[in-house]
Amino acid sequence: MSILVHKNTMVMVQGLTGKEGTFHARQCVAYGTQIVAGVTPGKGGEAVDGIPVFNSVKEAKEKTGANASVIFVPPKFGAAAIREAADAQLDLMICITEGIPALDMLKLKQYLKKQKKTRLIGPNCPGVITPGECKVGIMPGHIHKKGKVGVISRSGTLTYEAVDQLTRLGLGQSTCIGIGGDSIIGTQFVDLLELFEKDPETKAIVMIGEIGGSAEEEAADFIKKNVTKPVVGFIAGMTAPEGKRMGHAGAIIAGGKGTATEKIAALKAAGVHVSQSPADIGETVAKVLRS
Amino acid sequence: MKIHEYQAKEILSQYQIAVPLGKVAHTPEQAKSVAREVGGNLWVVKAQIHAGGRGKGGGVKLAHSLEEVEELSRTMIGMTLVTYQTGPEGKKVNKVLIEKGYALDKEYYLALVLDRSSEKISVIGSPEGGVSIEEVAKKKPEKIFKDSADTLEGFKPDQLKSLAQKMGFLGDAQAQFQAIVAALYKAFVEKDASLVEINPLVSTKEGKLLALDAKINFDDNALYRHPEIEQLRDFNEEDPKEVEASKFNLSYIHLDGNIGCMVNGAGLAMATMDIIKLAGGEPANFLDVGGGASQEKVTEAFKLILSDKNVKAVLVNIFGGIMRCDVIARGILDAVKHVEMNIPLVVRLEGTNVEEGRKILKESGLKIISATTMKDAAQKAVRAIQ
Repeated sequence: MSILVHKNTMVMVQGLTGKEGTFHARQCVAYGTQIVAGVTPGKGGEAVDGIPVFNSVKEAKEKTGANASVIFVPPKFGAAAIREAADAQLDLMICITEGIPALDMLKLKQYLKKQKKTRLIGPNCPGVITPGECKVGIMPGHIHKKGKVGVISRSGTLTYEAVDQLTRLGLGQSTCIGIGGDSIIGTQFVDLLELFEKDPETKAIVMIGEIGGSAEEEAADFIKKNVTKPVVGFIAGMTAPEGKRMGHAGAIIAGGKGTATEKIAALKAAGVHVSQSPADIGETVAKVLRS
Repeated sequence: MKIHEYQAKEILSQYQIAVPLGKVAHTPEQAKSVAREVGGNLWVVKAQIHAGGRGKGGGVKLAHSLEEVEELSRTMIGMTLVTYQTGPEGKKVNKVLIEKGYALDKEYYLALVLDRSSEKISVIGSPEGGVSIEEVAKKKPEKIFKDSADTLEGFKPDQLKSLAQKMGFLGDAQAQFQAIVAALYKAFVEKDASLVEINPLVSTKEGKLLALDAKINFDDNALYRHPEIEQLRDFNEEDPKEVEASKFNLSYIHLDGNIGCMVNGAGLAMATMDIIKLAGGEPANFLDVGGGASQEKVTEAFKLILSDKNVKAVLVNIFGGIMRCDVIARGILDAVKHVEMNIPLVVRLEGTNVEEGRKILKESGLKIISATTMKDAAQKAVRAIQ
């Protein structure tokens, strides 16, 4: 078992004909993911490595049976691409695109909350991988190993770092999800903690947060009430100055709120095993699973 | 993106929100002529920098004559203003806003924010204006009122009325207040703001509501559709190294430590700063070269790091995912050839083709301290400068 994606997930790539789209689609195919369609308006009828391209998400779904989409379109078309995938009633959309305006996301979220069918991961995220089965995103597949640790993170490369630590210790992963570094994102820690809690395969959960917003505090609250599996946490940005955006649109301490100290305190109070150093995330999981 | 108070007030005026009569001035002479134009016998001289807390730092002064306006402006323009938001180094004042002075009755706080938690646009109001809202939150949290717009249509009239009443507005002031919040909302959405703050919003003795101060922050991701806002960017207010970095699409933030770092990915870059601190050192910067760091970007990143004279060692931490380590290793070699590197360089490479990457660095003949893990890298960098 796993969450969100598995070996039967059929994926379409919105923006397949673009440079990024083509490159990463190939990597996903090489990993074993079923990439069954591409969508680029105006390029319907073309193909990339034998993958048929359609003019719309709806058409791609009808003709190929794809139930998930990974989005690689430029930021100004990002919101429209997500909306199109939701309108086609897909199960899952994973938006890699960085730079979508926050108000576009606000409008989209209001729409998705009413629609209730399509789950959005991202934007500004590395994607989702269920090791050995399905990779939908830009993460390096080879560092992952099938196993029992669920990983949720707001970051990209820091997630690879954590996964690499786990794999080296022989600790495989059930599913790893990068939820995205923007201030308004489709799926939060809380939603995924719930899915991992229900997933029989997952025995422990790693959550990697960072400064900005209050998603980690909300996760801590949820963990205290609803999560029985051990959770290991790390928060990046202990040394980040106030008022500066640290690369990610959402990584900013504003008005003294959203600091790493606050988040770590909230997680600890909820019984989360917080790793003080980013180098000890794997070790902390190993220790928790041994005990 | 941040803008100046005078620019924010121009935007508010476009949305029919009343602001004090006034204009920006770049010289003391200009300040005097603005004051004459504005008229009256009381003026306010306000330093224009991208930071709050200017009053306490001596950046907001009252003038009772045209000569005093000129004199105060002469002192203010060119001075370095230190406030709780500028840091100890302060910010240089390049221009002042000259405004007519009003007889004030009461000060309020009003702001619209992008509320990440509720995923809505929220309004925050308080009858305790003129001080920082964080201070009010600490001392009188019961005096802060909050509401959210359910849809992107904006606030409903009864929501606005209820807020106005809680803030203590009656009669005509209540109507004025409701109109101001509705207009602010319109401005927020149309201009893709992330924060609009009026602190204080004041009622004058004549019963008029005025935005005495104004602050607007914009969503960087939406600037592409607001060229008129992008033009308001004042590079003098930004760290020159950060401006330089943005030209190469590098995300760089200057810090006070002495270990420069170059990392791929924002999360890993923050974590690298953190681990330097845990190892007993101080990071000199945040620098994310991005996922697909090209040779050119790596070179520019090195130049930036080394242009900071505090930097005594450089730590490169790359987790090559799709980006191969051998390509990154060549990028580092090339960069080091183009910049003078007289300080220790610690490199930690991990990920795809790592063996080849390490071999390239080893055989280069360059004095590179190689590290295997993040922790190892941080400890070696700290040791290198001791």
